[in-house]
Amino acid sequence: MSETVTPLRVRAPAAGVTVIEISGEVTRDSDVALKDAYERASPGARSIILAFDSLDYMNSSGIGLLVTLLVRAQRSRQRILAYGLSDHYRQIFELTRLDEVIAIHDSEHAAIAAAS
Amino acid sequence: MSTQPEKRDDHAWAQPVDRLTVGDGHINVTGRRPTAPMNGFGRMWQKTYRAAVGGSDLAPQAVIAAWKEHFSEFWPVGNRFFAPLAGIAPGEVAALDLSMPGGLKLSTGVLVLFADEESFTLMTPEGHMFAGWITFSAFVEDGGTFAQAQVLMRAGDPLYELGMSLGGHRQEDAHWVHTLSSLAAHFGVEAQVEVQTLCVDRKRQWSRAANVRHNAGIRSGVHMVSAPFRMLARPLRGGARA
Repeated sequence: MSETVTPLRVRAPAAGVTVIEISGEVTRDSDVALKDAYERASPGARSIILAFDSLDYMNSSGIGLLVTLLVRAQRSRQRILAYGLSDHYRQIFELTRLDEVIAIHDSEHAAIAAAS
Repeated sequence: MSTQPEKRDDHAWAQPVDRLTVGDGHINVTGRRPTAPMNGFGRMWQKTYRAAVGGSDLAPQAVIAAWKEHFSEFWPVGNRFFAPLAGIAPGEVAALDLSMPGGLKLSTGVLVLFADEESFTLMTPEGHMFAGWITFSAFVEDGGTFAQAQVLMRAGDPLYELGMSLGGHRQEDAHWVHTLSSLAAHFGVEAQVEVQTLCVDRKRQWSRAANVRHNAGIRSGVHMVSAPFRMLARPLRGGARA
């Protein structure tokens, strides 16, 4: 398998809020990187924000990984928010109905404000 | 107006659609919303079916091209996939007739959510047995070319959830094992299909129990039973119009 390592940086801009920076490609090969990022982002987090401003490519397997991440967060009673989605990826969130369960914001500032 | 650069996946995704439309003569599709795994009732499952279909000299793109072209031919006998005129392409809607126990024919459909040269994904409408999507992909791994079908789903409503636990999962497994075996045979390979089942979420979403109002199984059954009455009524309706 061609391993595409998606570099995912995790940071905590506010108490109880962590950001996972999703960059590069999100495909079936991103499974390990996303799980690892969630493990690092999860402890003590009430809200996890997904930053998509450096996303280059996402296919339907990638959307599936976001759904499983969402389920894990819901089981831990954490909220998932997102920002940095281009018009194209906003449409995809709408099409896949992810926009009904992940609150989408225009900026990191707005997402943090909503999460706090 | 934003001038964002075109992404590689720009033309691979369907355009957002609120309600599906399919040709006349098919029930349980037109007017239905496409559903994601979050919109279903039952436990969430990720089921992966994988088989080697050739050596690494077989390009994944060739596997996906053949899979799209012969999609319904690889299915078990008794199940029909009415391919859209444009084929399996983003945004196209196909009607399905699925063979159920007791001779019932379940009529439903799918939306082509995503399609490129290496994978394609079908998304189910309200009333389907499950809410979710099925992704078909091909890739090179360990010196061979593999084909994979991966289902991410929740049973659509409480009746389907019961049905899935009473043999529905087994029937679905048999369907995709047969499909992958047929695909491998197309490339001259006798497949050993590997099946992985993962329960992503054990919780049932009781807030979605009312999905049963769209149940395509019930509606298909009523449609079958009432067919003779519709045939009898047809001349009367014609006469009334004349």
